[in-house]
Amino acid sequence: MARTYSTRRKILTTAAAWGVALLIFFPVLWMILTSFKTEASAVASPPQLFSADWTFENYAEVWSRSDYPRFFWNSVVISIGSTLLGLAIAIPAAWSMAFVPGKRTKDLLMWMLSTKMMPAVGVLIPMYLLFQRLGLFDTKIGLVLALMLMNLPIIVWMLYTYFKEIPGEILEAARMDGASLWNEIVHVLTPMALPGIASTLLLNVILAWNEAFWTITLTTTKAAPLSAFIASFSAPQGLFYAKLSAASTMAIAPILILGWFSQKQLVRGLTFGAVK
Amino acid sequence: MGKITLKQVRKSFGDVAVIPGIDLDIDEGEFVVFVGPSGCGKSTLLRLIAGLEDTTGGVIEIDGKDATQLPPAKRGLAMVFQSYALYPHMSVRKNIAFPLKMAGLPVAEQEKRVANAARILNLTSYLDRRPGQLSGGQRQRVAIGRAIVREPAAFLFDEPLSNLDAALRVSMRQEITELHQTLKTTMIYVTHDQVEAMTMADKIVVLNAGRIEQVGSPLELYHHPANLFVAGFIGSPKMNLIDGAEAAKHGAVTIGIRPEHITVQDGGPWQGVVGLSEHLGSDTFLRVQVDGVGMLTVRAGGEITLRHGDAVALAPQLDKLHRFGTDGKALA
Amino acid sequence: MATQSSRIAARIMVAPSVILLFVWMIVPLAMTVWFSFRLYRLLSPDRTGWVGMRNYTWFLNSPDFWLAISNTLLLVGGVLAITIIFGVLIALLLDQPVWGQGPLRILVISPFFVMPPVAASIWENLFMHPQNGMFASLALGLGYQPVLFMEDYPMASVIFIVAWEWLPFATLILLTALQSLSSEQIEAAEIDGAGPFNRFRYIVLPHLTRAITVVVLIQTIFLLGIFGEIFTTTQGGPGSASTTLPYMIYKQAVIAKDIGRAAAGGIIAVILANIVAYFLMRGIGKHLDA
Repeated sequence: MARTYSTRRKILTTAAAWGVALLIFFPVLWMILTSFKTEASAVASPPQLFSADWTFENYAEVWSRSDYPRFFWNSVVISIGSTLLGLAIAIPAAWSMAFVPGKRTKDLLMWMLSTKMMPAVGVLIPMYLLFQRLGLFDTKIGLVLALMLMNLPIIVWMLYTYFKEIPGEILEAARMDGASLWNEIVHVLTPMALPGIASTLLLNVILAWNEAFWTITLTTTKAAPLSAFIASFSAPQGLFYAKLSAASTMAIAPILILGWFSQKQLVRGLTFGAVK
Repeated sequence: MGKITLKQVRKSFGDVAVIPGIDLDIDEGEFVVFVGPSGCGKSTLLRLIAGLEDTTGGVIEIDGKDATQLPPAKRGLAMVFQSYALYPHMSVRKNIAFPLKMAGLPVAEQEKRVANAARILNLTSYLDRRPGQLSGGQRQRVAIGRAIVREPAAFLFDEPLSNLDAALRVSMRQEITELHQTLKTTMIYVTHDQVEAMTMADKIVVLNAGRIEQVGSPLELYHHPANLFVAGFIGSPKMNLIDGAEAAKHGAVTIGIRPEHITVQDGGPWQGVVGLSEHLGSDTFLRVQVDGVGMLTVRAGGEITLRHGDAVALAPQLDKLHRFGTDGKALA
Repeated sequence: MATQSSRIAARIMVAPSVILLFVWMIVPLAMTVWFSFRLYRLLSPDRTGWVGMRNYTWFLNSPDFWLAISNTLLLVGGVLAITIIFGVLIALLLDQPVWGQGPLRILVISPFFVMPPVAASIWENLFMHPQNGMFASLALGLGYQPVLFMEDYPMASVIFIVAWEWLPFATLILLTALQSLSSEQIEAAEIDGAGPFNRFRYIVLPHLTRAITVVVLIQTIFLLGIFGEIFTTTQGGPGSASTTLPYMIYKQAVIAKDIGRAAAGGIIAVILANIVAYFLMRGIGKHLDA
């Protein structure tokens, strides 16, 4: 039974909720607003929420001074490429863990996750040398591989939790119906788990897009994505705020917009299937 | 087509022997029901026949050929699952056509067979719906449709009616029986419900703790239970089982008598007091506490007016008495 | 619940993931172990050789080491505490009937989409900067001296920034968990005479255990390696005040260019991470019987 609440109470909670939400969102909002100000009004005291002299100047300047489209394209290729490759490797693994669990399945899953706990900095030099030696340094392929491996444990885990919700009888029915393992996965499992796979895809694209250690240390120019683009802007003092804000907005806007549109799917994915 | 033979089939999970060794012949065209309490190994046995589990030992022959090592798809069997196991992302048409598509049949042939199955099962107007839009009974029929289009050597049913409500269960029971009469294909049906077993089977296999207690036609089992387990399991309400002095009088450790073989009769040898009387209209079932015998269930006529606390005299039909020895086996 | 052939198939299909992850873990790790016993300085490339445990003893005896350890734990613990406490409170608020659930969620989730260098630089420059930041303007407007966040409170500032990034994650998981709590349970507790606090303590909080477990697990995985936020803001300073273990290793590798010592630090970090992982996984494995 749904309960009825007084309108008064609803107004109060609504006001409180919006207050808190705006507070959390404010830094992002402030960054976007600042990106449209002149450098002078960006540092004006007291701060101006809206300034009179709205300008697109900052964007124009960031655009002309750097090769934004190349960084953007690299980010797209690396984040989507690494996630798709990760899914291709993780789907069979998750199938195995969910439908043919053994005594060691849980340990295996936990081991996979624990590989993520190794501090990346600890293996920076070996990784750098390896990438140089293998010709992967500053290549998109190299970053696709690195980020795929970084996120693989998360992808496997998420898929595993989604697959576990699918009744095994359906896969057995497919087996009785003459489906090979390939057909079982392609025609039955994957379509049934599509919402889960979509959430996994989204979350990992975001994680890969926002990765800012390997993407910066293992690239120089050719394969550098937006995280490296923004790092190159991070020595600003004082008079540089508006342009910094514009560059920052440009770096996060694509994923922010994607995230807003897919928010429902994403929240489901964020819970890692562990919260029903 | 459709003769299945099990020779010393065994199954263990780790150290636990779920099925210690079963021999069974299923003839072509037979409707065989595996019945037993939950955990008796009946579903495991069905899954062994289907190939969804490996046997630990023994041989499964289908139509004279050793199928023990064959994968499920190669055994020529179709299965209807308890949860129906329909593919939720496919229309009814695609669900039914799926095994044909997997077998690589030409599309025209697929359509012909799907149409035919849909006609038999009254599904023609639902072909473009998704399973989620169907009622329980309709889903059940789709699952059966998916099984029959393959024209299998035998159908395997794993408690297919247990998710349906009581009324639907009765009508689906009849539909499956009719389907068997039309198709004349071997069917193996697993259930824990002895009413389903009695009404549908040509041959009932009663299982308990992974062993076969008795195999026979429904009436054979009813009239000549081989042991106490079958005697207690088959029949509703249950057979009255009496031991002690009353049984000793008949030269047995335990005697059994079905409720319909006891009559309410003035001057009967058993004096008792009515505990409960259930009026079903056509019949009345009395629970009677009889001195020196115990609580007995008695079937009486629908018009009887005995109530709680009334004294009553009962007379068993001695020629219908079942006698069991120390090992629980029926005495000749 | 499977046949021999499907078990074999399962092994084959899980193999690529396991092998790839194993190689990805073991090759750099083996190289790091090798380097950690050698003299390897980029500034004096001709002087090489085995140095035994000397890199390790230097690292363990370095005055920064224990500070770095405690800073790392402070960062992980502080962020976990802030995100879970505020996450629960905000989730409870958003779980009330309010107008605009959808837009509210979008606002709350937004920080999660902001990449760490951007998050760090917005906070450092637009808000915490002692001359031009908004906090400085507010302080001056109210007649106070601006706070020197990165100088006087470097760890607190870093923790604050990282907590802001992870708050949406915690909030949304907890909110999802709250929404799955049946209102009948709450009503039953109400009829049984439980007040709001007791309802939270005995019904809501136990229901959230699983969600909190997930938050702790996932966040710890990411927080142990936090680097970008420190690199962008305090650079581990002032002095070593906000140096964490990963940042200390980074300083050895990139600033001092002593690969041997950095490698020894890396191995120490890996061992510590494994200890944390062991306890975490053991504690959490039970809750995650998905």
